[in-house]
Amino acid sequence: MLSWPVLISQAFNGLALGTLLALVSSGLTIILGTLGVLNFAHGALFAVGAYAAFVLLQYTSSFVLAIIVGCGFMLALGFLLERIIIRYFYDRPHEDQILVTYGVGIVLVECVRAAFGGNAQRVPVPSWGQGATQMGFLIYPTYRLQLIAIIAGLLLSLYLVLYRTSMGLVVRAGIENPGMVGILGINVRRAFLLVFAIGVVAVGLAGMLYAPVVAVTPDMGANFMAQSFVVIVLGGLGSFPGAVVGGLIAGEIISLTSAFNSSYSEVMLYALMAVLLIMRPQGLFGSEGRA
Amino acid sequence: MSLLEVDKINTLYGDSHVLFDLSIRVEQGEVVALLGRNGAGKTTTLRSIMGVLSPRSGNIRLDGKSIEGLPPSAIAGMGVQLVPEERAIFGGLTVEENLRIAALTAPNAWSYDRIYEVFPRLRERRKSAGRTLSGGEQQMLAIARALIRDARIILLDEPFEGLAPLIVRDLVEVSRNLAAEGRTMIVVEQNVAAALSFANRVYGLNNGHVVFEGTPADLNASPDLMRDFLGVGM
Repeated sequence: MLSWPVLISQAFNGLALGTLLALVSSGLTIILGTLGVLNFAHGALFAVGAYAAFVLLQYTSSFVLAIIVGCGFMLALGFLLERIIIRYFYDRPHEDQILVTYGVGIVLVECVRAAFGGNAQRVPVPSWGQGATQMGFLIYPTYRLQLIAIIAGLLLSLYLVLYRTSMGLVVRAGIENPGMVGILGINVRRAFLLVFAIGVVAVGLAGMLYAPVVAVTPDMGANFMAQSFVVIVLGGLGSFPGAVVGGLIAGEIISLTSAFNSSYSEVMLYALMAVLLIMRPQGLFGSEGRA
Repeated sequence: MSLLEVDKINTLYGDSHVLFDLSIRVEQGEVVALLGRNGAGKTTTLRSIMGVLSPRSGNIRLDGKSIEGLPPSAIAGMGVQLVPEERAIFGGLTVEENLRIAALTAPNAWSYDRIYEVFPRLRERRKSAGRTLSGGEQQMLAIARALIRDARIILLDEPFEGLAPLIVRDLVEVSRNLAAEGRTMIVVEQNVAAALSFANRVYGLNNGHVVFEGTPADLNASPDLMRDFLGVGM
């Protein structure tokens, strides 16, 4: 049967996946909560982030530099998408928003495929993250441990931005009632632009950081997209704490179930979502939601 | 020139025509009450002034400058502040955060202390989340958000609705003090007696038309009008 080391190492895998899902989902949930747009291009943007790391690391050997430049690129992409497309859909029905963001996702994925082909690319593990770390009776890949710490740090920064800055105040208020934010003299549309760009950077950053751990393919975001939807439903739509806690729960469920039978891991995730939705339809941290 | 002139506006909700060539004016330092039955167009008038709704035709001028068609944030920037009927307190934000976000873009924002002098209860609850406030406290906070912006015109939509009589008495007292200090306000209220206790002038609305204009004394002198158009017996 299962040994403790296997189970504990799966728990660590769950933590790595969970923090990653938390980062991806917080971008998704902040955009949904504030702008009211369910961004179906989120998975594609994850892949774009991973490919950005792939490309940039061919020009520099510094992983950190590649990530910083990559964030700048994602920020620019986010601004561009919002200005050129997304902003025209704020007042449109949800079906239109889903269609247009889904379309943007397809275009992005196919652009990536046209540029780099459909074969899996490898992104090297940064020099400071190679090898494995001995932790008692468990040996665990160093970069994955660092990944957990880095993403935890990023989530903390996002928390500080949301809960300790004026911009975060506007975002949190905008999630509840964007109309009233405007009535209080704040240009909501400008805030929307920033929120969308921050969401895109969050998911792109997740893609970049995850790239060394997986095969980088144009479609790598699809699975994350689906899991992120489950996460934000679990956590409560538009809730940042919900995305973090939901991400960690989802990561552990997928990883721990895999230790027993990997084909059931996603089934368990959706089963949990179903049970939670019956008992608590608004999700763990959700309020009654947008009016 | 009046501070605010609403000139023959027509406002629609989708296909339904709500305001018909509606004109009102508000002088500096004046409190104007809009009275009328449900559906008379009182809230729609306030929402049109704030820019939440755009009139199909007509003019709204603040200091002689047209503001119709501008977004609410721009109109708020010019000193107009709606205190909506549903209060729209941010439930996930604390009382102080609700005040802070209101003050963000206000050039002459009041200090918290000055707000708490008007509403001492809000000082006690300043760290509480908006959703935990009672109806009366939410209304105080809603008015406080307009005050902290030092709004030139405050549009109060049903400020006393659904509140206990003691709370209404306190809020009427606060409104009277604001009026006495010369704060310009438009108040929409079903509680006619409360509204008339601090209004200088009254417009009666019926089916999107102005059917009466005068002082509270004029209105009190014509009980038929009160009954027929405003749906209130006094």
